[in-house]
Amino acid sequence: MAMTITEKILSKSSGRKRVDPGENIWLNVDVLMTHDVCGPPTIAIWKREFGKDAKIWDKNKLVIFPDHYIFTKNPQANRNVDILRQFAKEYNIDNYYDVGTERYKGVCHIALAEEGYNVPGTVLFGTDSHTCTSGAFGMFSTGVGNTDAAFILGTGKIWEKVPESLKFTFDGELPPYITAKDLILQVLGDITTDGGTYCSLEFDGEGVFSLSIDERMTLTNMAIEGGAMNGIIAADAVTEAYVKERTNKPYEIFHSDNDAKYKKKFHYDLTKMEPHVAKPHSPDNLDTVRNVQGTKLTKCYIGSCTGGKLSDYLAAAKIIFGNKVKVPTFIVPASTQVGRQLETETISGVSLRQIFENAGCTIAQSSCAACLGGPADTIGRAQDGEVIISTTNRNFPGRMGSKKSAVYLASPLTVAASSLTGVITDPRDYL
Amino acid sequence: MEKVILGKAYVLGNNIDTDQIIPAEHLVYSLSDPEESKKYGHFALTGVPLPQAGLPEGGKPFISGENYLSEYNIIIGGSNFGCGSSREHAPFALQVAGVKAVIAESYARIFYRNCVDGGFLLPFESPIVLNNQIKTGDELELDVNADILKNITTGKTYNLRSLGDILPIIEAGDIFKYARQSGMIA
Repeated sequence: MAMTITEKILSKSSGRKRVDPGENIWLNVDVLMTHDVCGPPTIAIWKREFGKDAKIWDKNKLVIFPDHYIFTKNPQANRNVDILRQFAKEYNIDNYYDVGTERYKGVCHIALAEEGYNVPGTVLFGTDSHTCTSGAFGMFSTGVGNTDAAFILGTGKIWEKVPESLKFTFDGELPPYITAKDLILQVLGDITTDGGTYCSLEFDGEGVFSLSIDERMTLTNMAIEGGAMNGIIAADAVTEAYVKERTNKPYEIFHSDNDAKYKKKFHYDLTKMEPHVAKPHSPDNLDTVRNVQGTKLTKCYIGSCTGGKLSDYLAAAKIIFGNKVKVPTFIVPASTQVGRQLETETISGVSLRQIFENAGCTIAQSSCAACLGGPADTIGRAQDGEVIISTTNRNFPGRMGSKKSAVYLASPLTVAASSLTGVITDPRDYL
Repeated sequence: MEKVILGKAYVLGNNIDTDQIIPAEHLVYSLSDPEESKKYGHFALTGVPLPQAGLPEGGKPFISGENYLSEYNIIIGGSNFGCGSSREHAPFALQVAGVKAVIAESYARIFYRNCVDGGFLLPFESPIVLNNQIKTGDELELDVNADILKNITTGKTYNLRSLGDILPIIEAGDIFKYARQSGMIA
């Protein structure tokens, strides 16, 4: 019987020959990831439940990235990082990436990729809804809460309901004014914020496999915005090359069978794609940039696991190069590696960092920062009355810090073009 | 766990995401310190824009003054309740504020799992739209085993979807207690 890629990976992880959508199964977890917001309560539950002799099921499979509230004076936020640091020391956790050291990485989902934890065919759980990002590597990855994470920490196992799959096939070549962000906003507009609930979103087609790993991660990252359990793209030669550079862990490549069952299939012709925004206050509030162009802005934001990768800054810099921004524009690299790449990657001999600085952008240190508002002293945080265009992932009321602000989600090209005019602007006007 | 839950309704719209349930800036407090964790109750549902807070009229904050307990203990939501982030702080905050159950048309997966596996509250599903039939402040009676919601104020009753196999997890207390009781873990 035919299976999808997600069903095949879950079969392997549960030790079964096959699994079917709707079945509740127990999975063996390959990697558990946590961070400074959900790590401390996860550890507290694990200690409460397993006692003072609590054992981590496999400490090599636990990865901890402090990344959410890092550059803040908030004492409770700092205390949470201290709790992680103490835990890592006490239990000798090699895969802990401490703040204030060379090992600090920035946003967990991008760091997982860069540090070689994303391995095709494996199963990764994390205490963060955007854990689905790792699905870009042909693996199953999803977010859970603290209790489920504590259960995994002690047992290495968790139950999951096998999801039905939705298939999105992208045909044709991506025009230069379109990025993966435009594609996923279109998908979310079509399925809405709960159209993928308890489902797997599978991305396929030549249009997807022509994308870089960075861009593939933009697609899978926002699967959760459709309510999905996971987003997934089969591994190919591009994935293999990326993975082999970073780890020697064994991997297994799975593909969906041609006659696998899908709840629904969608086809998109990339050559007909328009630059998109998600208008306030929901990621599925789709419109074309042309329809909202001219909307006055107070701030532009290019950052987060969704829109703070090297590919996002290469796209933005293409438009910003040689120009000045008209509204405060924040550059918050997803990871410290991306931060360093801003200095080494160049356009016409000028580094991306220099391009953004010359334009008057504010460049911040890597962290989740204002994507989710954060403590009051978080850089780029939305204030009352603001209208912001952002490469981030959510624009529900208050997400970026003020429930009296309005946030438009868009591609790095659209945000860059808008930063130069102070109003929402179609990137085609600059390309 | 109470078999019959009596309480006042607090009515919300569709797509109530976790940033509205507990804004991210408050996620710094301890969930295990009994005193500090009361902050989560105090800030519960403070992310809901005031016009949508306590439908149909709106403008009714869930928590009044410096309290951490709400006068409302049954939430009536719409579709996709609890969407957004994975933060378990969300069902926890509602529990600290005294919420016993949420009744909505549908839930986001992670919020639903967190409600159940952490044993925080009962996430009942309604096959019909309820947030346009029940008003904030209505007196409700929820029969957990019969899956029936009665609006005492209006006299109407509604059949809810059964919680099925997950009710025993919430009844046991959480997934750990359930797993021990059923011999799954030591």
